[in-house]
Amino acid sequence: MLSKLAKKSFPKSLWLYHCNTGACNGCDIEILNVLTPYYDVERFGIKLVASPRHADVMLVSGAVTRPTFPLVKKAFEALPSPKLVFGIGSCATGGGCWFDTYNVTGGAFKAIPVNYYIPGCPPRPEAIIYGVALALGLVDKKAAPVEMKQMEFPIDMYEQGKAWEERNVIYRLLED
Amino acid sequence: MWLTSKIKQVLMVLKPGVVTLGYPFTPHPAPENFRGQPHWDHHKCVGCGACSNHCSARCILVRDYCQEIRVMLYDGSRCTYCGRCADVCPEKAITISTEFELATGDREDVTERLELFMLTCQRCGRCYDMENTNAIERLDLRGYRYDSLETRALIRKTTDQFDRELFEATKNYQRPVK
Repeated sequence: MLSKLAKKSFPKSLWLYHCNTGACNGCDIEILNVLTPYYDVERFGIKLVASPRHADVMLVSGAVTRPTFPLVKKAFEALPSPKLVFGIGSCATGGGCWFDTYNVTGGAFKAIPVNYYIPGCPPRPEAIIYGVALALGLVDKKAAPVEMKQMEFPIDMYEQGKAWEERNVIYRLLED
Repeated sequence: MWLTSKIKQVLMVLKPGVVTLGYPFTPHPAPENFRGQPHWDHHKCVGCGACSNHCSARCILVRDYCQEIRVMLYDGSRCTYCGRCADVCPEKAITISTEFELATGDREDVTERLELFMLTCQRCGRCYDMENTNAIERLDLRGYRYDSLETRALIRKTTDQFDRELFEATKNYQRPVK
């Protein structure tokens, strides 16, 4: 749905505003790498702009540190809507290894609503292109949560039993 | 002469041709030694928790429902893909794959959850515990939690029997929403 919305609202080109919120510069180098002729994202009409007022998309890299927290919010508000926010790197996605340190709010999602997450430390340029293509609706999402069990556990039996009880309420009502 | 220099430039550019990758339309796999998304093998895993001990971002969480069930949760959103979990795993249950196409709109998409059956002693019916030499481990035995649930960090709380109340209380261990 989000990709459809993105297609509708950004039919021609996305202009990016790149916001470093206390990143180690690894993700920023990868973002610049994406704009080079080898991984050319300008074929999707993507362009880096200096001001958030010109931009459609905000790229956030880095766990939002306390000094940058109000500035990130300000920059997000300066973006004209409709706007998209990309969290790039592990730090922006979930806080990285600094998720609970004293001077870090722990991820871009704590400061502003993030639409797309691109995990990686730093993400490959291809991964960033993949995220952009996902937003444009060119590729399908591949990541999905995985759940594995060694065997049937009493916990499952407990849940099954509870579900059974809940389902059988109707019979009890019929008996009365 | 500016014109000859321009022509020279054009010829120079023509020589290598098009270098741009056709990436999202044509696949471009990562090199073999690339460290991407780790994968757990639930048949090999013994639930020792070494990976969660060595995780630099503390993104592998261990939770004991009861004596025999241990849940390992890998929260990939803050994983730094250092590969230490695969290095320390004694059973080689963790493989570092070369998957890097992990972009999602939801952070829950990069999680992995394992439910393990822990072996117990034939005599007393309890789990084998390690030598409890230091204070933290001794506190650990008494169900001491040394991190909060809100930050979704390591939580260890063990009871002898399946505790319904504990299960209900910790059932919704999801990340708090804003």
